[in-house]
Amino acid sequence: MKTTNIMIVGVGGQGTLLASKLLGTLLVDEGYDVKVSEVHGMSQRGGSVVTYVRFGDKVYSPLVEEGEADYILAFEKLEAARWAPCLAKGGKIIVNTQEIDPMPVITGAAEYPSGILEELKGKGVDIDAVDALSIAQEAGSAKAVNIVLLARFAKHFTIPVESWETAIANTVAPKFREMNRKAFELGYNA
Amino acid sequence: MKKLMIGNEAVAQGLYEGGIGLVSSYPGTPSTEITEFLSKHDDLHSEWAPNEKVALETAFGASLAGVRSACAMKHVGLNVAADPLFTMSYTGVNAGLVVCVADDPAMHSSQNEQDSRHYAIGAKLPMLEPSDSAEALQFAKDAFEISEKYDTPVLLRMCTRVSHSQSIVETGERVVRDPVPYEKKPAKYIMMPGYAKLRHPIVEERTKKLEALAENCPYNRIEWGGLEIGIITSGTSYQYVKEVFGDSVSVLKIGMPNPLPARLIKEFAAHVGKLYVIEELDPIIENFCRTLGLDPVGKEKFSMIGEFSQKTIAEAFGLAPKETVKADTQPPARPPVMCSGCPHRGMYYVLAKNKITVLGDIGCYTLGAAPPLNALDSTLCMGASVSGIHGFLNADDAMSDKTVAVIGDSTFMHSGVTGLINIAYNGSNSTVIILDNSITGMTGHQQNPTTGYNIKGDPAGKVDLEALCKSIGIRRVRVVDPYDLKTCEEVLKEELAAKEPSVIISRRPCVLLKYVKTKPPLKVDADKCRSCKMCMKLGCPSIAMKDGKAHIDETLCVGCEVCPQLCKFDAIVKED
Repeated sequence: MKTTNIMIVGVGGQGTLLASKLLGTLLVDEGYDVKVSEVHGMSQRGGSVVTYVRFGDKVYSPLVEEGEADYILAFEKLEAARWAPCLAKGGKIIVNTQEIDPMPVITGAAEYPSGILEELKGKGVDIDAVDALSIAQEAGSAKAVNIVLLARFAKHFTIPVESWETAIANTVAPKFREMNRKAFELGYNA
Repeated sequence: MKKLMIGNEAVAQGLYEGGIGLVSSYPGTPSTEITEFLSKHDDLHSEWAPNEKVALETAFGASLAGVRSACAMKHVGLNVAADPLFTMSYTGVNAGLVVCVADDPAMHSSQNEQDSRHYAIGAKLPMLEPSDSAEALQFAKDAFEISEKYDTPVLLRMCTRVSHSQSIVETGERVVRDPVPYEKKPAKYIMMPGYAKLRHPIVEERTKKLEALAENCPYNRIEWGGLEIGIITSGTSYQYVKEVFGDSVSVLKIGMPNPLPARLIKEFAAHVGKLYVIEELDPIIENFCRTLGLDPVGKEKFSMIGEFSQKTIAEAFGLAPKETVKADTQPPARPPVMCSGCPHRGMYYVLAKNKITVLGDIGCYTLGAAPPLNALDSTLCMGASVSGIHGFLNADDAMSDKTVAVIGDSTFMHSGVTGLINIAYNGSNSTVIILDNSITGMTGHQQNPTTGYNIKGDPAGKVDLEALCKSIGIRRVRVVDPYDLKTCEEVLKEELAAKEPSVIISRRPCVLLKYVKTKPPLKVDADKCRSCKMCMKLGCPSIAMKDGKAHIDETLCVGCEVCPQLCKFDAIVKED
């Protein structure tokens, strides 16, 4: 099979690393060759973060480049726009509509661009926008944004829901299991 | 067992299975997790050393005592550990010793882009270079065998993309061998001239044997494909080459970048039409090819700068770029920032307000260089702020009432303390601010000698910073809370005015530490806010202007109460 390319993008501290860890583990359990690439350190401090997840029969590069991503899972609107050039023809962006101001916007050196998703849609980009923060809060914690987005993403695959739920249970701390299970359910059915 | 692991975890697993008994390291992105994963095991000794030189010498001591040992560091850490490294090449080892070094092409979290392979060549040491996690595990394990068989420390070169990419590994059982008994061997282990002269020829002999190993080892392999193009590559670049070309070209994969296999390279070159060398950073393999009389395409097409990807390689070969779509609106950049409630921010605000020249150092606090604080004037390497201010003020004492050095607690332990000794000994009116957040922050919260805990989180010896500075000969040592802006400013002015060296310890634990209790978020009373933007000068990610008034993001604010100290209109208040 052709290698599938996924990018998980967001802002440092939003839980993108946990999402990629969960997804990677699940795909290994499903029998695929998998590579996941992330960057630690400087970029965690509220900066723009990106994780690549690739799976298929045999995966070489750990990176996803311009025009290669089948899916972009964006935890923040601006980050979806930043990484949109990586989307492959026919690819899909699943985006949390949350806005987090970057420092140049905070200091007034730049403006948070309004209507940037609409602009991308106008160019023919397939965008699935979801208010993952509200759904996560409904499930019990703003921190569950990552699970909500994964749930939304899960709909595009034939992997059984039970496998996702097992992967979530194995990845998150026991005391957050129920909350994350609920976040997955709400995200999946949203 | 099949498992998805980052390269660093795989290295740790390989060292573990190889029977490691001691690991001593100093944290540094992208190498840190190697030691963190090893510290989860209780059947070996693990520790954070004050710096890489101490770590490597500690590992050497363990090897001497007959126990397999290792240390891990980032590329610039190897500069610090270079002194023992070069002479350990002469002494060789007793039990196996592996030095893991992680380069950072593209400088994701580093101050330069140096290529560690130069050290392998300079110190005449064998080096292995994995290209994914499975190789990282295998190479780390094998490195112990090579170390003992050839009586040499072995370098294991990682890079960000191998260290921090997860791929599938097959784990095995740990095999611990009996310690190799220590024997007194003055001519092997005492490197004074008479003995060192006898050891150098042994090193050269060893290199010949390692060259023979390089010709016939599992680390260097030819993957024959189309013969029109032949590519010599290594590390993560191998993956990009395979991604672009699959089996349509022939590939010589180098897993042992030092010493390089002359015969194998010539054989490969003889069978392919056009020869390419694709390696990140410096032209090490390429230059070696030239010494063999070959003329490969190398750095003329593949940059010495940054990291590669399948895209850079496809482009260099003139392959058509993939179709892309982008918004016409350019998204504003999102640089990393100091966190909400970061204890460094208060002190930086005071320094920026007073237009102080600030010699900086390596850590989270380097982020104080960014707008709006713009608080830093220089950043060079670990410890350079403290040594640097001494030179700066000896050259221009008139600057002593408006210049400080800033350095974190861990960095001060690493190599700031020696600079402070120089200030006390040779004299300058330096003011050194130790930004003591009680943890090694940037690399993700590692303990250090000032925190009172060891790598496992157990209570440990704790350096008393005030007593240390005094014992060095600094008479003026002040401690301030960086959340208290008024006191910070008063103390800063007093110490800058003092005609002798002083140390200000700006002390408050990193707000991200689990034991730090944060307060409820603050809010802005919009009726009282006069939009003066004083609070914006802090560069706090929680505060932004919304509809002309300051606004605090309640999901980010940790209630540090620094911003209310700047508000002349008492508009920033606690939640009801």
